[in-house]
Amino acid sequence: METEKTIRILIAKIGLDGHDVGAKVLIFWLRDQGMEVIYTGLRQSVEQVVEVALQEAVDVIGVSILSGSHLSIAKKLMKRIRERDLDDVLVIFGGTIPKDDVAVLKSAGVHGVFPSHSKLEEISAFIKRNVKHGGGEEKCP
Amino acid sequence: MAKKTGEAEVRPVVSILGTPVKCFYGPEDLTDFDYKEKLNDPGEYPFTRGVYSTMYRSSLWTMRQYSGQSTSDSTNERFKYLLKNGQTGLSLAFDLPTQIGLDSDMPLAEDDVGKLGVAVDSLEDFERIFDGIALDQISTSFTINATAPIILAMYVLVAEKQGVEPKRLRGTIQNDILKEYIARGTWIFPPEPSIKLVGDLVEYCNREIPRFNAISVSGTHILEYGANTVQAVALAISIAEVYIREVLKRGSHIDEIAPLFSFHLPIGGRDFNFFEDIARLRGARRYWAKLMKEKYGAKDKRSLQFRFSTGGMGGGLTAEQPLNNITRASIYAMAAVFSGTRSLNLACFDEVYAIPSDLAIRTSLRVQQILANETGVADVVDPLGGSYYVEKLTDEMEAKIGEIIGKIESDGGIVKLIESGAIQRELARQSYAIQKRISSGEKVLVGVNKFKVKEEERDLEVYKTDPETINRQLQRLKAVKESRDRQKVENALQELESAAGRGDNLIPYLFEPLTAKATVGEIIDTLKKVYGTFKEPTTV
Repeated sequence: METEKTIRILIAKIGLDGHDVGAKVLIFWLRDQGMEVIYTGLRQSVEQVVEVALQEAVDVIGVSILSGSHLSIAKKLMKRIRERDLDDVLVIFGGTIPKDDVAVLKSAGVHGVFPSHSKLEEISAFIKRNVKHGGGEEKCP
Repeated sequence: MAKKTGEAEVRPVVSILGTPVKCFYGPEDLTDFDYKEKLNDPGEYPFTRGVYSTMYRSSLWTMRQYSGQSTSDSTNERFKYLLKNGQTGLSLAFDLPTQIGLDSDMPLAEDDVGKLGVAVDSLEDFERIFDGIALDQISTSFTINATAPIILAMYVLVAEKQGVEPKRLRGTIQNDILKEYIARGTWIFPPEPSIKLVGDLVEYCNREIPRFNAISVSGTHILEYGANTVQAVALAISIAEVYIREVLKRGSHIDEIAPLFSFHLPIGGRDFNFFEDIARLRGARRYWAKLMKEKYGAKDKRSLQFRFSTGGMGGGLTAEQPLNNITRASIYAMAAVFSGTRSLNLACFDEVYAIPSDLAIRTSLRVQQILANETGVADVVDPLGGSYYVEKLTDEMEAKIGEIIGKIESDGGIVKLIESGAIQRELARQSYAIQKRISSGEKVLVGVNKFKVKEEERDLEVYKTDPETINRQLQRLKAVKESRDRQKVENALQELESAAGRGDNLIPYLFEPLTAKATVGEIIDTLKKVYGTFKEPTTV
């Protein structure tokens, strides 16, 4: 990374899934890597999450879903992100995600998919590698 | 007490309690050991060796696999499949909207309808689940908490239709809301009215459905959230005491209600240690017996018996080389049997990917059947009793359970720690610590950080939810709403709201709305008007 700008991340629980310890473990890890992380709490809608992402000018949205509803939620989220001109935001999904669904998520526009038991190092490395530079409030049009 | 180790280097081992583990144990580790006081025979106070004298020689543990499919008819089909394959009890999982009181057609529900279990919107769905299954012939376990009163009322109504009286119903309803705030997130109301509802259900079962376990206090989810194996048991007991106090203050006697309490405790998981897991459950039995007798003045033997089922935890299973999970689960199952479990639900080898396939569920059931029928492990009660090591560990575990519970009490009690988010914060931190130990390789996970294979093949057949589920469920819900008398529903809900306002036991007020085809979501919305909703504390 040539820039010293701190990466800002929103970790979100969308839908009704209440299993959030994986999300919290990731939050601790990303903060230990020097990133700024905001957590939405449980039971958020796609609209709420995208609004927070806008207000907080985040570079990354990470969605944690263990309830099996990742496909439909991803489609709605990516649509909303495009509508709100957040195309520069890096979107990653994690949770109980079967192998076959990884490609489906990616074709829906999700940048990175990290099924349960993915290594924390892999996730932070992926973020550092793929986050768009000059994100956040200094974002170019 | 240092032993000569000869020239060989000795690998240091530390227990979950943080104490160094010796290479072997002997009589010097059990000074002042009094058999009658510490162990006694199985079925005798303090029940260290087991709650019954003959255990599996009289009846095997109940082999129960968690199951529940997207819709009521597919669940019914699965139940019949499992009964045909020799399963002896049913276990029902609900989808998330049902668990948190949303109908399938409500906002925020749509992505989760029929995903993790069956969708129940109205009594009709429930009738379909148990169609052709005689409720006086089986026992059913319901994994449901915030909406437990509604589900129990539905079960009573379905039984009534079959001509089965409530007092003949057997089973267990989880009804343990406090751990939902800690670990699983299916809360609806704030803790106080939620605890009140737990009490309503216990009180009602005591009166009307005495053979039903009105509560199953669960340590399993707390373990998955990051608690270690001892904390998971201690927190469950601490939570149970909150419910016990709730019912006692209504004038019940401890011996009326304590026998209705059962526990669902973890075996296995990321911190699994065969002997520690067993010792902590033996220690918990002794702790509970003393607690009930000395603190609450219980006299009835059944109040003193710490009865638990065990869940072989998915948290210890790995995505890498998934067939290894069958081996792991087999060892968890063996530990559960040595612990004297009354019922066992074993995580399936493909659970890391999705809800289990038929093959995976059957394999978990077969593991249990092999243990019961081919190995001899079920022939003698508490076969580890008297082992220097296991007895020493059991003493330490019992003491640790007491210490953890004492600390919770001196910190203001478990409810306060939940409301402030303190306990959630501590456990999530611990989970992170374990994860880092796995990442660094300090904690070995076969196939993950040691003995890895390249080019991992992960082609498992995984169960897929039928995408038509939601449409079918929405059509049914629509039909139910069109077929009912709106005024009757309104009146019944009004009655319910008044009863909630008065603080009455709510269970009797649920039958009218359900019979009038009020939905789960409508009933919960009615109660929200009185109780409000929980606001999550900030924990990270």
